[in-house]
Amino acid sequence: MSDNIILLSHGAGGKKSSELTEKVFLKHFTDPALLELNDMAVLELPPGRLSISTDTYVIDPIFFPGGDIGSLAVHGTVNDVAMSGARPIALSAGFVLEEGLSIADLERIAASMARAAGQAGVRIVTADTKVVPRGAADKLFINTTGIGVIPGNLEIGGGQASEGDRVLISGTIGDHGIAVASSREGIDLTTPVVSDSAPLNGMIGELVASLGSDIHVLRDPTRGGLATVLSEIASHSSVGIAIQESAIPVRDTVRGACELLGYDPLYLANEGKLVVVAAEKAHEEALRIMQNHPYGSDAVLIGTVTGERPGKVVLNTLMGGTRLVDKLSGEMLPRIC
Amino acid sequence: MKYLDEYRDPRVAKALLEKIHGSAGRIDREIRIMEICGSHTVSIFRAGIKSLLPENVRLVSGPGCPVCVTAMSDMDRMIALASPPDGTDTLVATFGDMIRVPGTKTSLEAEMASGADVRIATSPLDAVMWARKHFEKSVVFLGVGFETTSPTIAATVLKARKSGLKNLFVYPAFKLLPPALVALLETPDIAIDGFLCPGHVSVMLGADAYRPVAARYEKPCVIAGFEPIDILLGISNICDQLAENKHEVANAYGRAVSNGGNVKAMGILDQVFEPVDAPWRGLGTIPASGLGFREEFAAYDAIRRFGLDSVEAGSEPKGCACGEVLRGLMDPPRCPLFGKACTPDSPVGSCMVSSEGSCAAWYKYSS
Ligand code: SF4
Repeated sequence: MSDNIILLSHGAGGKKSSELTEKVFLKHFTDPALLELNDMAVLELPPGRLSISTDTYVIDPIFFPGGDIGSLAVHGTVNDVAMSGARPIALSAGFVLEEGLSIADLERIAASMARAAGQAGVRIVTADTKVVPRGAADKLFINTTGIGVIPGNLEIGGGQASEGDRVLISGTIGDHGIAVASSREGIDLTTPVVSDSAPLNGMIGELVASLGSDIHVLRDPTRGGLATVLSEIASHSSVGIAIQESAIPVRDTVRGACELLGYDPLYLANEGKLVVVAAEKAHEEALRIMQNHPYGSDAVLIGTVTGERPGKVVLNTLMGGTRLVDKLSGEMLPRIC
Repeated sequence: MKYLDEYRDPRVAKALLEKIHGSAGRIDREIRIMEICGSHTVSIFRAGIKSLLPENVRLVSGPGCPVCVTAMSDMDRMIALASPPDGTDTLVATFGDMIRVPGTKTSLEAEMASGADVRIATSPLDAVMWARKHFEKSVVFLGVGFETTSPTIAATVLKARKSGLKNLFVYPAFKLLPPALVALLETPDIAIDGFLCPGHVSVMLGADAYRPVAARYEKPCVIAGFEPIDILLGISNICDQLAENKHEVANAYGRAVSNGGNVKAMGILDQVFEPVDAPWRGLGTIPASGLGFREEFAAYDAIRRFGLDSVEAGSEPKGCACGEVLRGLMDPPRCPLFGKACTPDSPVGSCMVSSEGSCAAWYKYSS
């Protein structure tokens, strides 16, 4: 039995540690830089500025419809690196394992990370593992740090939106949030919702290659959802953003689940969606590029950057009313009344 | 879930709004409609309904968020449960928003950070699961809610009894809706012309539950669902009734609510609990407006088991106007703390904590 689970000794640096590294990680992480088993990786980088990002992934449950904590850790960091217009190159992976975690689960996760990295075209070049006593962590936490290179002199960032720009989204919102919430809370949905977890660097690469400096802001609406990301852009760029509720794509099942739980889809997490703020003259081409990409086939125009009410996002509702959209504060919790 | 689209159709909304403008135009004074339920408040803001109504139609938020109306005294006792005076090892299980509500001195969240075992449950069944897993602990579920949630908690108690589970307790801080309506209507200065009655509670209660209130106080009571069109239907019906001098109970949520309600669920509720006088934040003690354990189920009562009667009752935070807000006497932005000392990130009062609280909704959607 104890052969199948993580023991404290797996993290002690001795024989068991090397066994775990060999049996689980080296089986799936096969980058030559990593196989040297040094404490660092040495990489050749193309010229350009460096984009670097780190994030730590803690999610319950660790396996959910459409993904798992491993693929999420890869996609999340690849996407963060890419939001500057950079081409992600390499990732590091740090694992905190809870004593008692099943090795089979760990292996499934390592394999999933390797697959996700392969699809995204990034290398996992260095890794680290720690084991903590039962109860000190929840199954496993993964930290990934990614680096990428920004080609040319692109200036893409949250502060670059300007009046007249158009706001685009690459597809339906809230899928990840509902996929995780429904599997955590054991809610049966008539049509199951799967997470949209996906690497966005391919689509971003194409946008940047064709439209360059006409792309002003790239953001992935993860935790806090579309509402939070747009609010952040509005305040960083000191512009107003007006969006149309009728244009924002939401799956029927996601909407139904939101009605049931009292959630607002605008605040649900996404892991494979891209918000693009592009110059007015370039937005149609941007849409076309997104729609031709497998992760952007449902891309649509959802709004405009305005000069009114700087720092605020105004939603024109389906009913024809308007309301402000603010950042998420606190956690989104199911309703109780 | 395709059916939802009909409840969001802009054309239907437009027609309803025209109707509302028509009947409100026939009444030459301000019409004050109270939406009792926090979920309604949130939907009204989300859909931007206020900006579409005639000038003389005012929507006033009521006390219908169970987190918001939980009295400070109950809050303090629930917090005391996290580290009970007699040193019992407890696990406090609660619906999410409760953990952030400040008590007199501390909150469940703060207790949690200093080591108390407080866990967020998404259903009372989580508490049963934890009680089975942790025999060494006393698991206490914080029973907060209206008729919507209380029957499931009563069913959980029955389940615990059937399976002989001895370490599961419930802190009964439940509230009953109809007595609160009466208390509101008896309060001087509250001019309410009609009630938009909550969908979920009404699924359990049934439309008939509002008939005595509507008849005695001559106020239209209209049950509505939570989609924008449901709400417009409800408002339109209230305005029509007022224009025609009627005061009936109407059901604009027929797809979920019947006249008699969920008799089975209410029966289970009645088996375990009985009405008791209960303290409400902002409304004071309202006769027969809460639920206490029937003698037969006293063994599950956390108040008795942990001697919580002796916990001193605290007072509400200084400057907080939650009481006025909950009675519909004040719009949140008029509270001196609103948006300054009190924001969703650092709430002073319960109305700013709960995602369904009126202060949180005003702050989030209209600041
Ligand atoms: S703003 Fe804060 S303090 Fe004022 S009434 Fe609302 S919750 Fe209470």
